Amino acid sequence: MIEFRDLEKSYGEVQALRGISATIEPGQVVGLLGPNGAGKTTAMRILVGYFLPTAGTVRVAGIDVTQDPLAVQQRIGYLPENAPIYGEMLVQEFLRFVADMRGLDAITGRKRILKAVDRCDIGKVLTRPIAHLSKGYRQRVGLAGTILHDPEILILDEPTTGLDPNQIVEMRELIREMGRTKTVILSTHILPEVEASCNRAIILIDGQIRADGTLEELTRSSVQVVSVAADNPGEAVQLFESLPGVVAVEHEGAVDRFHTYRLKLLGGSDVGAAVFDAVKERGWSMRELRRDDKTLEQVFRELTEVATEEAA
Amino acid sequence: MNRTSSIAMRELRAYFNSPIAYVFLLAFGGSSMFAFFYVNAFFARGQADLRGLFSALPLLTLLLVPALTMRLWAEEAKTGTLELLLTLPAKDVELVWGKFLASWALLAVGLVITMPLAITVSALGNLDWGPVFGGYLGALLLGAAYLAVGQFVSAMTENQILAFILALVMCIVLYGLGTEMITGVFPDRTATILRALGTGSRFQSIARGVIDLRDLLYYVSLTLFFLGLGIGVLRAKRWT
Repeated sequence: MIEFRDLEKSYGEVQALRGISATIEPGQVVGLLGPNGAGKTTAMRILVGYFLPTAGTVRVAGIDVTQDPLAVQQRIGYLPENAPIYGEMLVQEFLRFVADMRGLDAITGRKRILKAVDRCDIGKVLTRPIAHLSKGYRQRVGLAGTILHDPEILILDEPTTGLDPNQIVEMRELIREMGRTKTVILSTHILPEVEASCNRAIILIDGQIRADGTLEELTRSSVQVVSVAADNPGEAVQLFESLPGVVAVEHEGAVDRFHTYRLKLLGGSDVGAAVFDAVKERGWSMRELRRDDKTLEQVFRELTEVATEEAA
Repeated sequence: MNRTSSIAMRELRAYFNSPIAYVFLLAFGGSSMFAFFYVNAFFARGQADLRGLFSALPLLTLLLVPALTMRLWAEEAKTGTLELLLTLPAKDVELVWGKFLASWALLAVGLVITMPLAITVSALGNLDWGPVFGGYLGALLLGAAYLAVGQFVSAMTENQILAFILALVMCIVLYGLGTEMITGVFPDRTATILRALGTGSRFQSIARGVIDLRDLLYYVSLTLFFLGLGIGVLRAKRWT
């Protein structure tokens, strides 16, 4: 379990994180979303013990990172942005180096290297200098080094930047596969990425968490759209307003004899069945009944707009 | 393999995978030969000793050691591998010590390269081996101090050229403190203190064949001091 509590970080005058709190349960695959400069990398760097927080704490399995960074680093595999690895080393040298640094003995190290090589599909480039590899292979070599010690937690900072579309798909598959057994936190500003591989998204804007939830929760809107052929449009409005959970009803327009209404709901309520029953009881015909769900993109843009308005 | 030695092995491999190691060894070997035969006129002096080599070593190591240390941390910071290294479960002491051992080993190889001189001299005349071993020991320890200074400076920047120049300047200052050019300006008591602090003045007696434990201790503590400062710089980086 990873616990951020009131985490703050300032670089001189600049406040990169303004009090972040979140708890991440084992087995979750969390997408850390946000525009560039929102504090994603900073939050990750604190979590892996690379930076120290200005205030607040991060605990991994109950261990405070600032108290015992080594114990936390043992449990975590961290792939920094752009997978910085030693260019002059051969791929196999690099993996052996990481295995040694991770304290794996020769036999276990060998086994784990083989497994990671197989998983990341880098068997072909083992004897090549890292500096000569393509971006996609570099990233995969970096990932192989990251999973070498079979960590419970994987932290990946923008794992797909700079990859071509095929490589992106492969990387996502790898992440999804690893998410079955591990806790994964990945940062990105590419939304489809989260939709493809994560089951929870945390939206970070300007150093603050603006939204946090499962993808369904985040994209579920509070608007129900109904299109019915009511005898009298005013009667329909009255009917819908009387349903529990509906806050307001808006008449959107009419096509032929069907009138479309937008029902604004209380957060979290679901009135689909109630609307259907009520309409059926009146004997009106219905053409459309749907939730006006948002895409993650819309959620993200709305939140970013709110943040910029607040700033202005 | 423990973490210190895997760091050291990695650094050594990095030295030998780049031209640095070869250029350093060539320059070190070449310039010590030059100093021994030409500057110190070994044949004209007609003495079967290695004084010519040992009196040149403080200046030679001073000039060449920054080339070994400049990349140690600056390169990691520049290429981003610092983030990888500092998030592996290793203590800062292990990292600094590992890097130091690698650079020290390379310097030792440089010293070994000059050993044929000793063998030649002993073939030509009656060489007293005591001062020779003392001289090599002194050179290793003096070099260690310079390497520690260089690593400390390299940790402060991501610009290797800057790391080279700063290390050079700091080593020159440490060396210059005890030279007559500086001590001559000061009254006697200050001059004595300066001579005690200078890396070069201490080596003069070593080059003559006089090994004083205090001299060796001085180099060791200088080394540990600057390695400690290097660790401090790494810690400070996490706060920025």
